[in-house]
Amino acid sequence: MKKAKASKFFAKNSQLLIPLIAILLLVIFNLLRDPSFFSIGISANNRGDPVLQGNLVSILNGASELVILSMGMTLVTAAAGGQDISVGALAAIAGSVFVKVLKGGEVTGPMVLVAFLACCAVAMVFGAFNGSLVSFFRIQPMIATLILFTCGRSIAYWINGGATPTLESPIINAIGSFIPGIPIPTPILIVIVMGILFGLAFRFTTLSLYVQTVGINQGAARLNGVNTVGIKLLSFVILGVCCAVAGMIGVSRLGLINHETLLINIEMDAILAVAIGGNNLGGGKFKLLGSVLGAYAIQMLTITLYAMKVPSTDVKAYKAVVIIILVAMGSPVVKNNMSRFWKKFKRNHPAGEKEVA
Amino acid sequence: MRKLFALLLVAAMIFTLAACNNEKKPEEGGLIKVGVINNPPSESGYREANVNDFVKVFTKENGYDAKFYYSIKNDEQLSTARQYITDGVDYLLISAAETTGWDAVLKDAKDAGVKVFLFDRMINCDKSLFEAAVVSNMANEGDTAVQWLLDQKLPEYNVIHIQGAMGSDAQIGRTGALDKQFAAGTMKKVVQQTATWDEAEAKKIVESVINSGEKFNVIYAENDGMAKGAVAALDEAGITHGVGKDVVVMGFDCNKWALRELLAGNWNYDGQCSPFQAQVISDMIKTLESGKKIEGLNDAKQIISVEKGFDATTLTQADIDTYGLGE
Amino acid sequence: MQDDVVLTMRGICKYFPGVKALENVDFTLRKGTIHALMGENGAGKSTLIKVLTGVYPMDGGEIRIDGVEDAIVIRSPQDAQSYGISTVYQEITLCPNLTVAENMFIGRSPKGRVDWKQMEKRSGELLQKLGIPARPRQQLGNCSLAVQQMVAIARAVDTDCKVLILDEPTSSLDDKEVEMLFTLMRQLKESGVGIIFVTHFLEQVYAVSDQITVLRNGQLVGEYEVRELPQVKLVEKMIGKDLEDLSSIKKKESDAGEEFYGAQGLSSSESRPFDFHIGKGEVNGFTGLLGSGRSESVRAIFGADPVTGGTVKVNGKKVKIAKPLDAMKQGIGYLPEDRKRDGIIADLSVRENIILALQVIKGIRHPISRAKAEEFADEYIKALAIKTASSDTPVGSLSGGNQQKVILARWLLTHPQYLILDEPTRGIDVGTKTEIQKLVLQLAEEGKSITFISSEIEEMLRTCSRLIVMRDRNIVGELKGEELTQERVMRTIAGGGE
Repeated sequence: MKKAKASKFFAKNSQLLIPLIAILLLVIFNLLRDPSFFSIGISANNRGDPVLQGNLVSILNGASELVILSMGMTLVTAAAGGQDISVGALAAIAGSVFVKVLKGGEVTGPMVLVAFLACCAVAMVFGAFNGSLVSFFRIQPMIATLILFTCGRSIAYWINGGATPTLESPIINAIGSFIPGIPIPTPILIVIVMGILFGLAFRFTTLSLYVQTVGINQGAARLNGVNTVGIKLLSFVILGVCCAVAGMIGVSRLGLINHETLLINIEMDAILAVAIGGNNLGGGKFKLLGSVLGAYAIQMLTITLYAMKVPSTDVKAYKAVVIIILVAMGSPVVKNNMSRFWKKFKRNHPAGEKEVA
Repeated sequence: MRKLFALLLVAAMIFTLAACNNEKKPEEGGLIKVGVINNPPSESGYREANVNDFVKVFTKENGYDAKFYYSIKNDEQLSTARQYITDGVDYLLISAAETTGWDAVLKDAKDAGVKVFLFDRMINCDKSLFEAAVVSNMANEGDTAVQWLLDQKLPEYNVIHIQGAMGSDAQIGRTGALDKQFAAGTMKKVVQQTATWDEAEAKKIVESVINSGEKFNVIYAENDGMAKGAVAALDEAGITHGVGKDVVVMGFDCNKWALRELLAGNWNYDGQCSPFQAQVISDMIKTLESGKKIEGLNDAKQIISVEKGFDATTLTQADIDTYGLGE
Repeated sequence: MQDDVVLTMRGICKYFPGVKALENVDFTLRKGTIHALMGENGAGKSTLIKVLTGVYPMDGGEIRIDGVEDAIVIRSPQDAQSYGISTVYQEITLCPNLTVAENMFIGRSPKGRVDWKQMEKRSGELLQKLGIPARPRQQLGNCSLAVQQMVAIARAVDTDCKVLILDEPTSSLDDKEVEMLFTLMRQLKESGVGIIFVTHFLEQVYAVSDQITVLRNGQLVGEYEVRELPQVKLVEKMIGKDLEDLSSIKKKESDAGEEFYGAQGLSSSESRPFDFHIGKGEVNGFTGLLGSGRSESVRAIFGADPVTGGTVKVNGKKVKIAKPLDAMKQGIGYLPEDRKRDGIIADLSVRENIILALQVIKGIRHPISRAKAEEFADEYIKALAIKTASSDTPVGSLSGGNQQKVILARWLLTHPQYLILDEPTRGIDVGTKTEIQKLVLQLAEEGKSITFISSEIEEMLRTCSRLIVMRDRNIVGELKGEELTQERVMRTIAGGGE
């Protein structure tokens, strides 16, 4: 019965298989390499608070920005049938705004909230800019966001007038690292909150249905009364909020904004996460969970390579090989062949047939 | 609508191009005319300090009529250089985006009687084509830092080495010195990994070492940001760092905020590749204007900037104010 | 293999998860014959064609073709082509921006080299031989649909073709064009090609075919000579029950009640200004040739194209309908002409497709719960007898008729006061057609207003109590009561005086 349930789950969520297999393989690989790889311990940090330690925590913690961005990216991909390549630049802008506001005076709780709201607002405006180019002017998403991709980090530079301003405050530390008394890194908690927010949005609005409808068949969506322009715009604005949150986490981790390196190249990883998650980059149906798992798989790969001490110059090549395998596994050609093979296998081993009956 | 938008974009581009080429200003008498071609300040904190340094030194008060141009693209720099030559500047000050492709322009400059100084970056060309080059020796900078580390006489050296973007001048210089020690066996390489100047990545690398349980007592990060990332990982793991603590922390660039960390004893060392070349060049120009010859050049017609390295135990607030970058 | 047989399929089986799409189906095609393949939606026609063309691998059975000793295995459409099996699909799969000659030869020249002169010469000859009214250098997109279809056929038969499969080739052609196509088919038949003809139009089957094979629910019902199988018998075989005579459908003749919708001088970017009204419980229709503006007019009513002028009253109150949502909020539903392009959301489930319109009316902040959606979907799957494995099945995998029913369900679920149905019965089988016509009249009985568009005038006459006739984008007449005869409608459409 349990088995049947599980197989039913996978039949319905077959696209999750690829990221799950990827994670599983990485877990097995790491356990073979170093059985204690996933051990978790609690120790005191330099402030004397107990905190969780271990590779698993590092992976979950380190992937936070990527996970948040890939959630937003999934939505944009589904609705607009293309990707936003300006997320890293926009996160840098949002992070700069966050620092700029806090640099204005003392860092207090309310001020942090104001700074966060300000960077959200700015990121939403830029998101809406991208979104209107895509929805209203019908420019290809990659081309439309190329504009902000090109100039975004310069804008981030202007905001703080250059250099790498720093923030020193226990509140910032609490956002980017640990809240005193809570041993789980705060970015992980923020990811959970974002996940819940997305979940609530899907539960209490028809966002998911509309986004998929627009992505699959825009003409039909319009004739059924869906505001196609509005939905695309909305998806970019939501991605803007994701950029703001990711930017805030990135800045708070070290209490420092470096507009040139903050979340650099993360747009490519976010797109990759969406792809590994089995989502169609041409838009339409999507599974947020797939992208989230994809993001964690990417982060796990990075940490694995660090733990293996792969030489600096080779890291990218290793990463590329693994990614080629993952993406190939998700391709329809390989999927079809695998399912054909599986059927053949089943036919030759009739014992497995019981379940079908 | 889309067409209109595209048209506007094109128009905007043409306008910017035109604007770039129309930097003519009325000539003023009595001032030395200087054209400065540099990389854009947004490139890095170093570059910003460098740009500000030139703007501060080449002023009317100091007897200069200076024009500044910033681009990260070699061809744009080249065309601007030609423009400056046509405009009749006396001196051309260049920090080239790329090391090649400058011969023709520099020859034109020489034929037009324009004297050329190079700063920060060398150009692959005949050395007769420029008066002098004020450059940093990145290897020096690394050597200074590693020498400082050896002087600490630690009982053992287990080093986490966090590299900058592979292949950049700074990375090559700062890595080279340390690699020599690893090769000689005086220091042990715990991990050597690139974080491509990314602070967050540096933190992950150090976390990974901490999680593996390997021993280390030195963090050698090739810039301040990555050092800060590394320190964040130490803090979370409850590992002490700084003067008289478990782990020695070394950074580069000498941002003001990093030097303050030194002053507070949280870090141990910060090295600097000096961005301050304007005064040296200005002095040489004044020497030439007074009819004398420039002295103190090496065979390659270079003046090597003095590289600073600050020790947390001897650093003063005055040093921070003088040499610190940014705010 | 008998001498005159070009293709035999024996005991063909094909299974999909939970569905036996084909079970033990036999099919025999003789040289120089046109063989109609008939069946309701989901009977297995398309699956059989797809097995034959290598789109699906078969799960059992054997295929033999003239000239090959052994049973053959067809793994891909290219394979099928190499055995001399060519297919022309319902949707034209050529490139409209290339010339006729290019379309006929591109992708087939050896090693990618193109001898343009030779190509034009050969295509010119072929066009002439087959009597296709097109020039080699003409851009394909400028040709009529029928000519495009014929070019596709010419392309297919040029490659040493033994078996030509025509899958619903006539569904977007008018009568004259259909006749042109038939001439071509007969000509090919004379030259010895075996043609498999898949269509929903019974009259066309009788006009051109020699044999008929009928499938039902994935099984073979039988193979018949056309002259031995009267039309009524054929329909019986297809739907497997004694056909309820279509004449049992009785439309409401009484005059409509009070006006539900009225428009004056309504115009959109695609349609000229026109007046229109419909009463409660009335079924009326727009008729006219393709391109006469009938679809554009109903689209204007629904706000599907940007509305440019006119005043609209619903229930006597003046309202503004500028976009589909406005119309939907007034209780108007619209089933579009092209269900693939404008109707279904192919990758979404049957359930999501059914609730879509109701959901949009409710608004983004009031999602229909999963349980409620299941309930709605199950209700309408049952009520309209939609053939689907479950309500979770992607609607794109359903057959055409069932997709149409899903869209109908979508609008019925909104409990519309006024339903506009543009070609609801096109490309679907007789059984479903009858069901839809009955449904229309039942809705009218309940006091709903219906506007109905169909290419089949018969169907319109059966259901509508008032017909608005269009020609060249203008309304040229309105017929009701005694005037509603086929002849009268034809005359009005054709024009030239009463």
